[in-house]
Amino acid sequence: MVSSGYFLKGFSSVRSIDSPAISLACSFVAIGALLKNIGFNLKESFFSTFFTYALPGQLVMAESFLIGSSLFNIFIAVWLVNARLFPMAVSMFPLLNSEKQPKWKYYLSCHFLAVSSWIIMKKDYRTIHEDYRIDFWMGIGTATWSIAILSTVFGFMISDYLSKDMMIGLAIVNPVYFFCMLLGSIKNIVIGTSVILGTVLGPVFYLISPEWCILYGGVSAGIVAFIVGELNG
Amino acid sequence: MANISTNIILVITVTSIATYLSRCLGVLSSEKIDENSKIFRLFDCIAYSTLAALISKVVIFPAGYLADVDVFLRLGVVFLCVGSFYLFNKNLVYPTVLSAIILTTLIRII
Repeated sequence: MVSSGYFLKGFSSVRSIDSPAISLACSFVAIGALLKNIGFNLKESFFSTFFTYALPGQLVMAESFLIGSSLFNIFIAVWLVNARLFPMAVSMFPLLNSEKQPKWKYYLSCHFLAVSSWIIMKKDYRTIHEDYRIDFWMGIGTATWSIAILSTVFGFMISDYLSKDMMIGLAIVNPVYFFCMLLGSIKNIVIGTSVILGTVLGPVFYLISPEWCILYGGVSAGIVAFIVGELNG
Repeated sequence: MANISTNIILVITVTSIATYLSRCLGVLSSEKIDENSKIFRLFDCIAYSTLAALISKVVIFPAGYLADVDVFLRLGVVFLCVGSFYLFNKNLVYPTVLSAIILTTLIRII
């Protein structure tokens, strides 16, 4: 089963000074308030974060729901905006692989994959023995996921007290936090090229295709950065 | 009312499946990938660049509440916060807290 020592170590890593807890809470408070405003009840808002737990996807869901998109269109729009989770999983789960661990842990805990938990794991995995990294990961994931769910419920309940200006203020926290965190994780020319080129190409491709811009921009920037890395040995 | 509720449940289900799909396929693919392989390094680059692309898209072409704020105001706040990030020795708390305060204040002034 799950090693409680490593699980708790992961769980408590959200208390560190550079923890994503504040940013995560602000964003999901805004989501909770937004869901209430578009007609979700408390249970539905709770389950939205419980089962989806991906901020951009939930925003797209809310917007598509408001304009009355078909379920198929919602599926495609959400899949496109959350497709980043695929390369994130592929670039993290090999670090967690251990033959001593059962497969179900990987397929269950991949639900916790989000930028916040991914960045903590990528930063800290070397400090954990490889057989127990999945337990550590489940700890981080449970903590960040719980913060998101509780914040959604809180946001739903206080939505009447949040002015539009405050909602806008909350909405900028997440991109600022994650952009700083990405800048902070630049340790070599490869990651540096990935981040800077991705930042430029995402909006550039938006002008060509708003739906596909994240994928087009991300993949092309990533390939260029990879080539730069290979050429530099 | 019953119809709206059924719709919301379907919308949540569809959103959750579309999201879990990428996570689950990522785990499935990574079973055969070695952390020292080229394909791992390629996906590492794509993961970082896709995140960067998503964040800059959210700032420059946002959905939701941020869309009501002028793009130069949004970019100004991001630059100020990134500046404070480096100024305070890469401490993440300052830019996080400052971002909301600066933007809310600027909206009220302008």
